[in-house]
Amino acid sequence: MSELYRRFGGGLGTVFLALVGVWLAGMVLAPNVMMIDYALRPNLPPSQIGGPNDVYSLDNILYLANEGVHRAIFFKTVWASALVAFVTFLVCYPMAFWLAQHATVNQTAVVLLALTIPFWINEVLRTLAWYILLAFRGPLNAFLLSLGIIDEPVRWYGDGGVLAGMTYAYILFMLFPIYNAIESLDKSQIEAARDLGASTWRIHWRVVIPHAKAGIATGCVFTFMLAAGSYVAPALLGAPGSRWFTEIIYNWFFEGGDWNRGAAYALVLLVLCLAVVLVTLRIARVSLTEVAK
Amino acid sequence: MSHSVELDHVGVTFGTTRAVDDVSFTVEGGEFFSILGPSGCGKTTLLRVIAGFLNPTEGRILIGEKDMTPLGPNQRPTAMIFQSLALFPLMPVWENIAFGLEARGVSKAERRMKADELLKLIALDGYGDRMPGELSGGQRQRVAIARALAVEPQVLLLDEPLSALDLKLRQHMRAELRALQKRTGVTFIYITHDQSEALAMSDRVAVMSAGVVQQVGAPRELYDNPATPFVATFVGETNALSCTVKGIDNGIATVETAHGTLTGRAGDGLSGGAAAKLYVRPEALKPKGGVNRLAATIERIDFEGAFALAHGVAEDGTPLVASIASTELATAPAIGEKSGFGFESANAVVLPDV
Repeated sequence: MSELYRRFGGGLGTVFLALVGVWLAGMVLAPNVMMIDYALRPNLPPSQIGGPNDVYSLDNILYLANEGVHRAIFFKTVWASALVAFVTFLVCYPMAFWLAQHATVNQTAVVLLALTIPFWINEVLRTLAWYILLAFRGPLNAFLLSLGIIDEPVRWYGDGGVLAGMTYAYILFMLFPIYNAIESLDKSQIEAARDLGASTWRIHWRVVIPHAKAGIATGCVFTFMLAAGSYVAPALLGAPGSRWFTEIIYNWFFEGGDWNRGAAYALVLLVLCLAVVLVTLRIARVSLTEVAK
Repeated sequence: MSHSVELDHVGVTFGTTRAVDDVSFTVEGGEFFSILGPSGCGKTTLLRVIAGFLNPTEGRILIGEKDMTPLGPNQRPTAMIFQSLALFPLMPVWENIAFGLEARGVSKAERRMKADELLKLIALDGYGDRMPGELSGGQRQRVAIARALAVEPQVLLLDEPLSALDLKLRQHMRAELRALQKRTGVTFIYITHDQSEALAMSDRVAVMSAGVVQQVGAPRELYDNPATPFVATFVGETNALSCTVKGIDNGIATVETAHGTLTGRAGDGLSGGAAAKLYVRPEALKPKGGVNRLAATIERIDFEGAFALAHGVAEDGTPLVASIASTELATAPAIGEKSGFGFESANAVVLPDV
């Protein structure tokens, strides 16, 4: 902080500090405090707000705990998000390794550009592209039918479609942290392992992955949080059997008209995401500051 | 007896660059063999070819008389010590050392035992559970050697492993490496650009320049009988005097120089009338005596400790360097003084210009 003042002087330094303070208080703290406030109050008609019935309770959260369908969707969202993170990792790791250790400068530039271009358009439109690709009478089914791999069109919408759409949407969030981590690995370490007789699998398991651990954890945390909080992909590519918890929250807010219960659901999701992130980092022995880098 | 290594007409081309050109030599089993050359001469490329990281464009590598050319680094009886050492920073020392055994499916208890044994060998008893980052440069060096020895290689390949150490430690590690090599009997192939390192440690040295092996021989042989002008100038300090060969008699060449007629041993391929150079070491130039006499004005004297180097200039502008033992500095010529130097024919060598 003294560094800030030394560099920008008293006036500008105070302005910067104030801006950060406003941002933290107004954009981070206030909405969350309000969400917690909403979550703990009952949903009352306007005339009774502030009245004798307007008391804090855990009713909204207990409602979720006792509502079997919602509870099931909640846990499914959690493990499905973890699955998204895992599949994204499987897709990204070989690519990141190749980019970081083997690709020439030109190859890296071309691949990174190709991966980035889709992100120039909106997430909804990108997901819509998958919606078209995976349609019952869409290109993917037509292609597989023409090759004779399948005999009749497959209904891709549902768990598979959501997984595909999300993996695609979050590739860069996984790729870049892993790429950065592997890039800093000295090539001679891989060569030394190979020289000592290690198989490709062992080289990755014992040398590359431990080195890239912080990057992998970062990518997984990002992807998991984005997946758990995703709305567009499950809404477009899902089926009734693959509902996402965010869709339930949306319904409470905008269809059920019960903001309090919606806030309670959102709070539970937030707390769970935080817990998963912290536990993951703990298991991987990575600190939060390493992720922030 | 450990395996010999034979290079049979090995060549490596990268794109349009010829990194290694038609190299053939044999390293005997149990020998300490160095490849000496300036950076960019192709010596590291050659080592990577022997290790199996690089396929030669042409030629074969034979280790223990078996053709290794199609095999990868993990299938060859070699182990490499990298310039950066390449210890695994996230594994404790003992796991580093036992990594090769782990790859071979040796049980954990046995691995630990073997690692402890090797730690004793490198005098790092009890350091097994430390992380490599907690060790000093010299200790890390020894761990890298132990890690390579753990897989019981027939041939150990060392890529300038001492270059990151300070002078004292480097000299100490030289002696240690040499002793370790004698004790284990493993064939060592050692890459270096430091000629004193190569001369001090090796049984034999191959001198490389621009992808070509210039000469292979024992250290004294390289120093006393350089085969090419490159070897004469790269290995140790020398004075080179341009000359024309007048005649060769009984292995002694008589040459005409700007300093008059001089004599020296005739090198290979020398013929009468040809342009040549006469090479004489600074320590062969004495203020008194010698059948060949040169005159030079002393410009400066660099004191190096055990000896001093007197830099002078001959009348025609040729720079000359003479080495004077520190104990004789008192009677040495002073700066600015014109002084005579002499040398014996046996201490000079005449090589044709290339």
